[in-house]
Order: sequence, then structure tokens, then C-alpha cells
Amino acid sequence: MAKVKGDIIIDIEKCKGCELCIEACSQGSLERSRQVNNKGYLYIVKVQDNCTGCTNCALVCPEGGITVYRKTVDGKKQIAKIDNVNQDMNIEVNE
Amino acid sequence: MNEKALIDDEHFEHTLRSEHTEIISPENIVYEKPGTLLDVDMHYCPGCGHGVVHRLLAEVIDEMEIQSEVIGVAPVGCSVLAYNYLNIDMSEAAHGRASAAATGIKRVLPEKYVFSYQGDGDLAAIGTGETIHTCNRGENILIIFINNGIYGMTGGQMAPTTLEGMKSTTSPFGRNVSTMGAPLKITELVAQLPGTQYVTRQSVHKPGNVRKAKKAIQKGFELQKQGGGTCFVEIVSNCPSNWKMTPIESNHWLEDNMLPFYPLGDIKTPNGRK
Repeated sequence: MAKVKGDIIIDIEKCKGCELCIEACSQGSLERSRQVNNKGYLYIVKVQDNCTGCTNCALVCPEGGITVYRKTVDGKKQIAKIDNVNQDMNIEVNE
Repeated sequence: MNEKALIDDEHFEHTLRSEHTEIISPENIVYEKPGTLLDVDMHYCPGCGHGVVHRLLAEVIDEMEIQSEVIGVAPVGCSVLAYNYLNIDMSEAAHGRASAAATGIKRVLPEKYVFSYQGDGDLAAIGTGETIHTCNRGENILIIFINNGIYGMTGGQMAPTTLEGMKSTTSPFGRNVSTMGAPLKITELVAQLPGTQYVTRQSVHKPGNVRKAKKAIQKGFELQKQGGGTCFVEIVSNCPSNWKMTPIESNHWLEDNMLPFYPLGDIKTPNGRK
């Protein structure tokens, strides 16, 4: 099955640390940093690799500081070839 | 600093280092800041709904490709500097007179898209007369009304839209309806007028509501092209600083207290009242 993977870039200099994106994120990927940006706010960072690219964080961000990327990556889906199936099932084909 | 904090710091640094994965490339972008929204820092408090509405406006303008055909009118209030953030032609109006100024602009330049962006102190208090008469004349403009139930810029005084029992600096024991009057539902009021064609109330406190609010603003611009009356979009918003809450708390408070009194949804649509 095809899998959707996402990633975000947070503009940490725009971030005011309101944490609305943390609340909106269904995956719990975001957390508040321990460092402050130039404005003195504790900005938000992504701490987990489970982003699905749902854009919820970007939708609620009042500063417009989140860019969302999404990509469909191939999972373990394999195309069943008739030769492989025959081999697996020990079927002899008389030609 | 304890051990756990140190590990966390390393984790953060690792996250920052691994920022550029294969997913981050221009062809995979699904959401980015709209081009009409200028790349400057906004002066709004953290968590304020104004920023979201500015971004939605910019998104709608970008998607409809009408950046050169839009004229906005900024109000007096927190959003007085809206023209610094949107890369479109904008004008500033006297307090409460944004809809009157927008009327003039629309009559001189009827082919342009004209909108006014007003808060509740501007639209529902000092500008009540202008708002009601603009809607009654049925001017072909879009009025965007941000309702946070308080005067934000001047320091949290009571507004006409302040809820019953809600504390503000001028109603420190809560709004008393017998002496201060009941909260004004101006959106329902203008929906009664024959000049309005589309009246709706939305909010921006959750991702789903943000999507709906964007559709409402888009519909407002599309209907303006066809003519037929004023479009009025109210957006119930938060004011964390003057409600004296964190942004997340203020959104919960909005959901629990504001939305029962200001129910969301279309109040009037062009096909008939809903």
C-alpha cells in the first residue's frame, strides 16, 4: 500500500510560540523548543518523524510560518508476476 | 539542567540537523505562505486570529488571481496596519467608516473587487450606522467582520459584542445586561436587510473551521463579481491578551462561550434564507 509521508519547515524567526500548531497536530509531532528566537519567543520545532502532511498546523498558524511538504512513497507493495507465483507454488509449466 | 533535559536538547539539535530530508523539495509543497501576504512580521499578539484571516484573504486573492483588481479598506483597531501585510491596494478609513469608504471606492471603480476589513469595535460600535446603511443600500462590497467580543487595541474595554457576564477593563464584574445592554448580534441584524445577499458567520479556531472560513471569503468575492448586494462575513476570533488566557485556552473558551451565543453557519444565502 502506498504510504504518504510529510514534512514541514517552520520559520522559527516568525514563530511566536503560540502553540496552536501543537494542539492542531494529530500526530503529536510538534513541541516547544528550549531556545528562544530573536524575538524572545520559545519557538516550535518538529520532534518526531511521523508527519503525514495534513497541513493542519499550517492552517492554524497565525504567522503563516509553516510550509508543508507531502510525498507518496512506495511501501511494500509488489507486483505479482506470473513467473514468481508459479515458482512459489511449485507449478511446472510444460512448454 | 537534569539528564533528561540534556537528552531532549540533543534530540532537538538532531531534529534541526535532519531538517532537509528527501521529502522537502519544491515539487512536494502542499501548503505554503501565499504570495500576496508580505514576508514581514505581524504585530499581532501570539495566537491572534487576525493573522489567520489575513492569510486566508491572501490565499483567496492568489487562487482567484485578482491581486491587481482588489482594493481593501483597513479599519481602526488591531488590524489598522493590515495594509502593511497584504500586497494589494489598500486604503485606511476613519474609525468605523471603512464600509462608507469602500462604498465610495466601489462606486468610482465598479470593476474592482472591494472589501472592508473591520473589527467589532469598529463595525459594531462606532460604525453601526455606516454598516447598516451600507448593507441597506446593497453596495456590492465584501465586509469582513472580526468579532472577538472586546476592544483589543485600546486595552480590553467592553465592546457591544461582549458576552453577558464577560469581564473586561470597563466591566470588571462582568457585563450586566440590565445596565449595559445585551450583546449585539449585528450579523443577524444586517441579514434582515434587503440589500445583503450573503451573510455568514465562521470562525478560525480549528483547522476545519479555517477551511470553511476560506470558502466563505471566496464566495464573498465571487458573488461580488455577479453583483446583487453586500456580502457580510463575520469571523468569530479570539483575543488571548485581553481575555487574559493562553492562545489554546482562549480557543477553548471561544468554543465553550462565544459559539453558543454566536452560532456558526450561513445566515442568508443568495438562493434564499437558510
